[in-house]
Amino acid sequence: MSKQNNTSGRTVIHMEKRNSISRKKAWTIRLTAVLLSLIVCAIVIVAITKQNPLQVYAGIIQGAVGSKRRIWVTVRETVILLVIAVGLVPAFRMRFWNIGAEGQILMGGAASAALMIYLGNKLPLPVALILIIAVSAVAGMLWGIIPAFFKAYFNTNETLFTLMMNYVATQIINFLICIWENPKGSNTVGVINSKTKGGWFPKVFGSEYGLSVLIVLVVTVLITMYMNYSKHGYELAVVGESTETARYAGINVKNVIIRTMCLSGAVCGLAGALIVSGASHTISTSTAGGRGFTAIIVAWMSGSIQIATQFGLNENASDIITGILLFFLIGCEFFVNYKLSVYKEKEA
Amino acid sequence: MKKKLIGLVLSMAMVGGLLAGCGSSTSASAPAEEAVEAEAETGETGAEAEAEAPAAETTEASAIKVGVIYVGDENEGYTESHMKGIQEMKEALGLTDEQVIEKTNIPEDESCFDAAADLAEQGCQIVFANSFGHEDYMIRAAEEYPDVQFCHATGYQAAMTGLENMHNYFTAIYEARYVSGVVAGLKLNEMIDGGQITAEQAKIGYVGAYPYAEVISGFTSFFLGARSVCPTATMEVQYTNSWFDIAKEGETAKKLIADNCVLISQHADSTGAPAACEEEGVPCVGYNIDMIPTAPNTALTSPTNNWGPYYTYAVKSVIDGTPIDTDWSQGLADGSCLITDLNEAVIAEGTAEKVAEVEEAIKSGSLHVFDTTTFTVDGSSLEDYIAAHADEFAEGGAYAFMDTHVSDGYFHESEPTSAPAFAMIIDGITSVTQEN
Repeated sequence: MSKQNNTSGRTVIHMEKRNSISRKKAWTIRLTAVLLSLIVCAIVIVAITKQNPLQVYAGIIQGAVGSKRRIWVTVRETVILLVIAVGLVPAFRMRFWNIGAEGQILMGGAASAALMIYLGNKLPLPVALILIIAVSAVAGMLWGIIPAFFKAYFNTNETLFTLMMNYVATQIINFLICIWENPKGSNTVGVINSKTKGGWFPKVFGSEYGLSVLIVLVVTVLITMYMNYSKHGYELAVVGESTETARYAGINVKNVIIRTMCLSGAVCGLAGALIVSGASHTISTSTAGGRGFTAIIVAWMSGSIQIATQFGLNENASDIITGILLFFLIGCEFFVNYKLSVYKEKEA
Repeated sequence: MKKKLIGLVLSMAMVGGLLAGCGSSTSASAPAEEAVEAEAETGETGAEAEAEAPAAETTEASAIKVGVIYVGDENEGYTESHMKGIQEMKEALGLTDEQVIEKTNIPEDESCFDAAADLAEQGCQIVFANSFGHEDYMIRAAEEYPDVQFCHATGYQAAMTGLENMHNYFTAIYEARYVSGVVAGLKLNEMIDGGQITAEQAKIGYVGAYPYAEVISGFTSFFLGARSVCPTATMEVQYTNSWFDIAKEGETAKKLIADNCVLISQHADSTGAPAACEEEGVPCVGYNIDMIPTAPNTALTSPTNNWGPYYTYAVKSVIDGTPIDTDWSQGLADGSCLITDLNEAVIAEGTAEKVAEVEEAIKSGSLHVFDTTTFTVDGSSLEDYIAAHADEFAEGGAYAFMDTHVSDGYFHESEPTSAPAFAMIIDGITSVTQEN
């Protein structure tokens, strides 16, 4: 052993958490990651499909922004992902691992579908819309309060709890589909109020998705202000750092947990309304479509479908490309947070 | 689980990026948007001019562009048969690959509308979609793009919408199902004659997808075919609530076999049921594709759709500038549906001759699959049943669609509307959702 050490010395990788990183450096790392992923993708594309990778990339961009409609679809998907992510921020800042966005979205979606079906054609549109937004936020909030209550008072594991709530929500949707299905037996609700457009988001900025964009921007600004400039925002950050510290500082931890999850659930519930009333006008168990989990991946989808059709590739091939991109993007966050230094261990 | 967690971590990590990215894109998009708008407008007028041309006179086949929306891809039998049909159309009309844009794995939600609108904006003069749940979204697209023809398979609403550019199509697959039922019935007879089962034990199991008209019409025609040669046959239906689920279809087939079913058929799109039958040694009738490679010792045949004739007809109509039928349905007579090769190793003796005879009778119109003298509903004939439940029909109850189809002693399946409409459980069939 010692002899070996004498001759070569061991290579050691030292991992150190960065205390701070300059904005410039963080973005340089992220950009490098994107570039690296594009290079790896290019190799995979050539290996699997023998296509020119540059053309495939052009296809992705074409698919995302190639026409006015495609731009709007991309914007729609992006803002919905954004609002879900915004909803998750307070909970995660508090270190409350809310895996239940999926269920909160579904409950919000179910509430807005119910309002569209039962009241959509009876109420004037502005009233219906306000009601849809308010009730779906409340529905998502309820789905968020339940695990928060048990966390606050019985210290249950919120990760498992919120995850399980997703399955309950899915089954509730299945049950509602049995009641609402059209035509009977088809297991689909179909487009709700397709003739009257009752409860549909009206066109704003010349697009039916304009209102969603507006709402998401407002919510994003409000939550950012709440997080950064309000006492509540500060309190939940303290709870996230350490409940002991929070308690010592006189913060009511139970209240903060429940309050924050109310907010988180409500924003996710609102996302459900944006999906159902603002875009799909129907409800199914796939309404949330995994957005609660993979808020980012979907943003790439409109692009990836285009690659598949344009180049006659299988869907799965475009999923591989998406996967590689995401792997690098996630991976680079490690380098943003940690510093690695490689050196040869000196002889002892 | 891990993937989901990663997704979460990722979305957290990216929030900052998204915020920044979104802010800048909205501010930058205003002028860009205008430019695109202008471009779209000019594009639109171009497309209009193009679309008007075929209405007035013929279009060069080389100028046509066709869009297709599939619910699945080539790995799934139902979509695969549509893809073959499109291929056949391409060859028949001499279209190049660039002229046909195919979108696969489009779910039955908003994405279908996005896909249809996108195809229309790419200059397609005709857009097809192949799954039942696509219909509402196709109608929305048809309203928005009046110069583009939208054709939807298995749907039933085209005529109701009153839109000139919205069409439904479906093959008269019930004819092929009836014929495959005859094949099954003859097999049951052979099993009875061979002493393997008694006449009373001739129970068929049926793996259905969803409990609505398309499936009900399908299994009823299959059952009527079987009973036309094996009068003691009965049938049990179980649903998977999915069009494509290999594991569930296999499980359901095994459940039916455990429930004393001696022959299995299916209206779901995977090879799950035939694979289970091969394991259990129970004869079976598949759907969509030849199941002999999956179940060499048990598969009898499969009823299947041939979409080539329709796709050729519809695209040719656009080229010729002639209108497309609002409801199109053709069957055995023009080859739009058929049964796949009979499995000589499994079928009963004399099957081929009987099949030829039945096919001929259906083609000539001397045999009607839904002949109301051959079955009863709740103990009474279909005509009497409808008369006794007139209130329900007037109110637009579950079977509101059916009463308009019955005349001249038979149910005119797929005639007034192309979509299957027969939605009653006839005597002899037990179905889990019967009480609904």
